Amino acid sequence: MFDALTLSELEAVRLSLKVACASVVASLPFGFALAWLLARRQFPGKSLLDAAVHLPLVLPPVVIGYLLLVLFGRRGPAGQWLDETFGVVFAFRWTGAALACALMGLPLLVRAIRQSLEAIDRRMESAAATLGAGRLWVLASVTIPLSLPGIVTGMLLSFARSLGEFGATITFVSNIPGETQTLPLAIYTYTQVPGGDPQAMRLCLFSVLLSLAALLASEFIVRRAHLRVFGDAH
Amino acid sequence: MRIEIDVERKLESFQLKAAFSCDAAVTALFGRSGCGKSTLLNLIAGLLRPERGRIAIGDRVLFDSASGTDLLPEKRRVGYVFQEGLLLPHLSVRQNLLYGRFFTPPQERWADFDRIVALLDLAPLLERRPRHLSGGEKQRVALGRALLASPRLLLMDEPLASLDAGRRGEILYYIERLRDEVRVPIVYVSHEIEEVVRLAGHMVLLSDGRVAASGEVHDLMGRIELRDLIGRHEGGAVIEAKVAAQDLDSGLARLAFTGGELLVADVDALVGESLRIRVRARDVSIALERPRDISILNCFAGRIAEIGTEPGSSVDVRIDIAGTPILARITRHSAARLHLAAGQEVWALVKAVSFDRQSVGYA
Repeated sequence: MFDALTLSELEAVRLSLKVACASVVASLPFGFALAWLLARRQFPGKSLLDAAVHLPLVLPPVVIGYLLLVLFGRRGPAGQWLDETFGVVFAFRWTGAALACALMGLPLLVRAIRQSLEAIDRRMESAAATLGAGRLWVLASVTIPLSLPGIVTGMLLSFARSLGEFGATITFVSNIPGETQTLPLAIYTYTQVPGGDPQAMRLCLFSVLLSLAALLASEFIVRRAHLRVFGDAH
Repeated sequence: MRIEIDVERKLESFQLKAAFSCDAAVTALFGRSGCGKSTLLNLIAGLLRPERGRIAIGDRVLFDSASGTDLLPEKRRVGYVFQEGLLLPHLSVRQNLLYGRFFTPPQERWADFDRIVALLDLAPLLERRPRHLSGGEKQRVALGRALLASPRLLLMDEPLASLDAGRRGEILYYIERLRDEVRVPIVYVSHEIEEVVRLAGHMVLLSDGRVAASGEVHDLMGRIELRDLIGRHEGGAVIEAKVAAQDLDSGLARLAFTGGELLVADVDALVGESLRIRVRARDVSIALERPRDISILNCFAGRIAEIGTEPGSSVDVRIDIAGTPILARITRHSAARLHLAAGQEVWALVKAVSFDRQSVGYA
């Protein structure tokens, strides 16, 4: 009994980490592109895009989950198209959980990257251009390295947000053990089962430890990144 | 290499409309802050686009609104040394130096790494990060970085402005070395006339986005009507001279020019060396007769060529000394008392101690 429970607990932890990692990695290119657009470009509808990126921060997560279900569900327009063209299915899969987490973490990711992009002295990029670097080279050798601290911060915030995601995930991909039942969902499930309190409590403790570790790691990594880029810690 | 510039560009406060051409080793763009100097550099570098005009270096056209030519900054091969250096903070000095070289096609690389490093004394700095460099060191690395991209033209935007007085002399010395040892034309932006006199052969005087005057430095410096643009305090004629003798005991150098010999104190130069020396107008006095028993060492006989007409308590007088113009700034009161008039024979007096290292440029 005890062994089996530990296994399913571990499964939830493993799944949570997998979903969080996948969501961060997959959302990074989009997050960077959005941050770059918002930091560097002026275009009609910019404030609308800015608001849209921030929506997951203020909307109830269940709304995001439901909208994802409508769009990316098996019979949703986007879900159907993705299934037919790429064979990618989000509905009731861990990938769907990752998508929900990515969306919920996006505002944090974009905000952090945008701030560090705005802090870059644009003339640094001009200097690189006069030295012969084309736009993509400037991006790769100046803009991205200089915004690295922001990128790392954003990734860690979005990772932490993913670990705690509940509402959007359960609404979009349901609560399937081993597939979509991440740590928060597992805790919720145990609290609903008679006699599940010890397991719930154990997972809660684990959750606290995990978040604490993530925060400490983020502190350390951000400082390292800053040291690497600017040669000093803040 | 001939540099031809004819550009128009609207700015917030005024319209920049500048046309000039030059082929000196160093061309100075001189004017007060906000006159459009830096904008002009950005137009040449391609960081800003003119509304109309043409920019060419030698036979290479960088921009031409008539033919629709507009090379990207990275294709212009124009080096740019910014006021603050703008070294890439995440790279070491060595990586900064090699940055532009990496993007230069191998057949266009004329700048040799070891030579530039030696020229600018960068060897001890190579493994350091920019944040551990002093202001002067940063500027030297910025110079080296721009050069190692093997540019066809080097732009410098007040490279001394963010340095203290001691460092300025040091960087000026390195820029002189570059000018003399590396054959790349330089366009140098400054609002300090002594930098212009020291470095430049050609000067473009900018005022409110227009070219007020463009010509050889010693020509423009001898023109009375430009005195307000050059600066009332520092203005004065520039004399081209050759060191005839150095007297180590007295510390005086004897400089030969077409009008005679000028004695100056505290100017380091070798005998035979050619110099450009600025004689500040306010350091020159006028006497009607040759003074006797006077401490002033330089007394030149000359003829008044022009007396300034601008309002104020002082006037500038241009005195022709056997073909070399010298400007004297005296009070209007004295000019009236001596009844000075054009054509009159006078003596121009200059103290030998009124010169310093900042008044001299090595031609």
